[in-house]
Amino acid sequence: MTVTMAIDTDWIERYSVASRDVYRRVLAELAAADPRIFCMDSDMGGFEDSFAAHLPEQYVNVGIAEANLLGMSAGLAATGLRPYANTIASFAAARACEQMKIDIAGNDLPVRVVVTHAGLSAGHYGPTHHAVEDIAIVRTLPNMTVVVPCDAAETEYAVRATADLPGPLFLRLGRAATPLVHTQPYEFRLGQAHELRAGDDVTIVATGPYPVVMALAAQRMLTGHGVHARVLNMHTVKPIDRAALVRAARQTRGIVTVEDHVVAGGLGAAVCEVVAEEHPCPVRRIGVPDRFNDFVADEKDLLVEAGVSPERIAEAALAVLRR
Amino acid sequence: MSSAPIVDETTVLAHRMREHILRMGATEHGTHVGGSLSCADVLAVLYGEVLRVRPDEPDWPERDRFVLSKGHAGAALYAALAERGFLPVDELETYGRRGGRLAGHPLRRLPGVEFPTGSLGHGLSLAAGVALALRRTGRTGRAFVLLGDGELQEGSVWEAAMAAGHHRLDNLIAVVDRNGLQITGGTEECITLEPLADRWRTFGWHAVEVDGHDVAALREVFAGVPRQVGRPTVVIARTVKGRGVPLFEGKKKSHSVQLTPRLYQRAAAGLKTRRPQ
Repeated sequence: MTVTMAIDTDWIERYSVASRDVYRRVLAELAAADPRIFCMDSDMGGFEDSFAAHLPEQYVNVGIAEANLLGMSAGLAATGLRPYANTIASFAAARACEQMKIDIAGNDLPVRVVVTHAGLSAGHYGPTHHAVEDIAIVRTLPNMTVVVPCDAAETEYAVRATADLPGPLFLRLGRAATPLVHTQPYEFRLGQAHELRAGDDVTIVATGPYPVVMALAAQRMLTGHGVHARVLNMHTVKPIDRAALVRAARQTRGIVTVEDHVVAGGLGAAVCEVVAEEHPCPVRRIGVPDRFNDFVADEKDLLVEAGVSPERIAEAALAVLRR
Repeated sequence: MSSAPIVDETTVLAHRMREHILRMGATEHGTHVGGSLSCADVLAVLYGEVLRVRPDEPDWPERDRFVLSKGHAGAALYAALAERGFLPVDELETYGRRGGRLAGHPLRRLPGVEFPTGSLGHGLSLAAGVALALRRTGRTGRAFVLLGDGELQEGSVWEAAMAAGHHRLDNLIAVVDRNGLQITGGTEECITLEPLADRWRTFGWHAVEVDGHDVAALREVFAGVPRQVGRPTVVIARTVKGRGVPLFEGKKKSHSVQLTPRLYQRAAAGLKTRRPQ
């Protein structure tokens, strides 16, 4: 697949917004057709006009209380409803982790925990609002499905593809609009890595908006070095696409992982777990280092400061090839 | 109150439940004896008279839901479920036993258990969610939840209390097993809970205080729920930890006990002196 595709101007306009805006629209559309769908709000803002005004009977604001948000959502789901619990990534995964573990995952209930401000997308808000350990936490919970769309278009696919999941979902979104990766319709397959670029020298596996964008930029840089990198968008982090990773380990000389998350426990760790067991190969992990960050910057600059950039990805790929 | 029959079936049920609890306390790992005995009368009234449930159809959609938020009192719940017909009474012998269904804190999928509990501070949110779902889907079932008093020190309880009051969930009934003791001693010495009823009232609840061992009084309270339209109800059941077994009554050490054969004999003999006449 290449990016030289015909551009649908409507598509570009529709998805040149924040992923969470697309999510709100799609949620309202799904809920209008399915009275079991409830929007559980923790006073996030943004659902008043998009949802509450049209479907007041399917909207509940529990206030700024994330533990209760997830506990009540479990209660709704156990009573036959399909709650979408809305909060910020860190507040769900860290603050209300136990409710997610015991009440939601532990009962395998169809609660969709939809989080925003994931990774470093809260930018200048600072580290209280960053979530760079949420994937590591949530993917250890049995029954959870973890999905990280790479852009606003993929967010629509992901929300629709998971609407009928029988179990719980952690849908990880950012805050502001990010570059469009997909500029026209494509086939989104839940649980399957999306090969954005074919290549047989090295594989770059990325999850999240800027990581995928940067992986594609690194791929272009590597082409200049005569290196053909395969790029996989691992939008579903759990269950992870083991087959695609084994193919990458067999068919290319190694893997570079890219994420807006600490390298411990996240995508890089998940990839290492698979290849170590199935087909060991060299792996380099690009992600947020093991330290707290007091640097004030926007998302992209925070990532670069953390060592997540196209240049570093390309260097890591070349290092893999030198092994 | 004085209209109760001389030998009250529910009082007898509560006594049998206490016998079961002591037997579970005599199993290999023991049990949370004190807090199970303190809520036995409440559970006897709920399971004996109040809850609309079908033991042969545990998932009946119109049922009342019960959540044991103080999950460490699993032994009391198992006793009630067995007496109500959800479990074979003989199965109570398997409490805590390897390969069995009766964990120290209730597991999911045990008939009659709506949610696994044990980590304190979860049950009121769960029950509030259930109550809201029942309300919005037009069902008549009610959500009951039993909380420990020490449990009220968990902040998440008050998140749920605030939300339930705000959303006027009058099909939600919380019961507080106010036995006044937690592991290190009196609740008021640990973290002040009083004035407890007023605290709930300021969160938008209708609060009732009742002797949690007076079956007739409990019956009267539960007969009238919801007590007030538009408000969830909290029943603060004043209880005694270890109630029914003189050896344990009012003793903080009754919290978690493994009854040796000799201790079991003493406890059972003490309970026998309280047998309903």
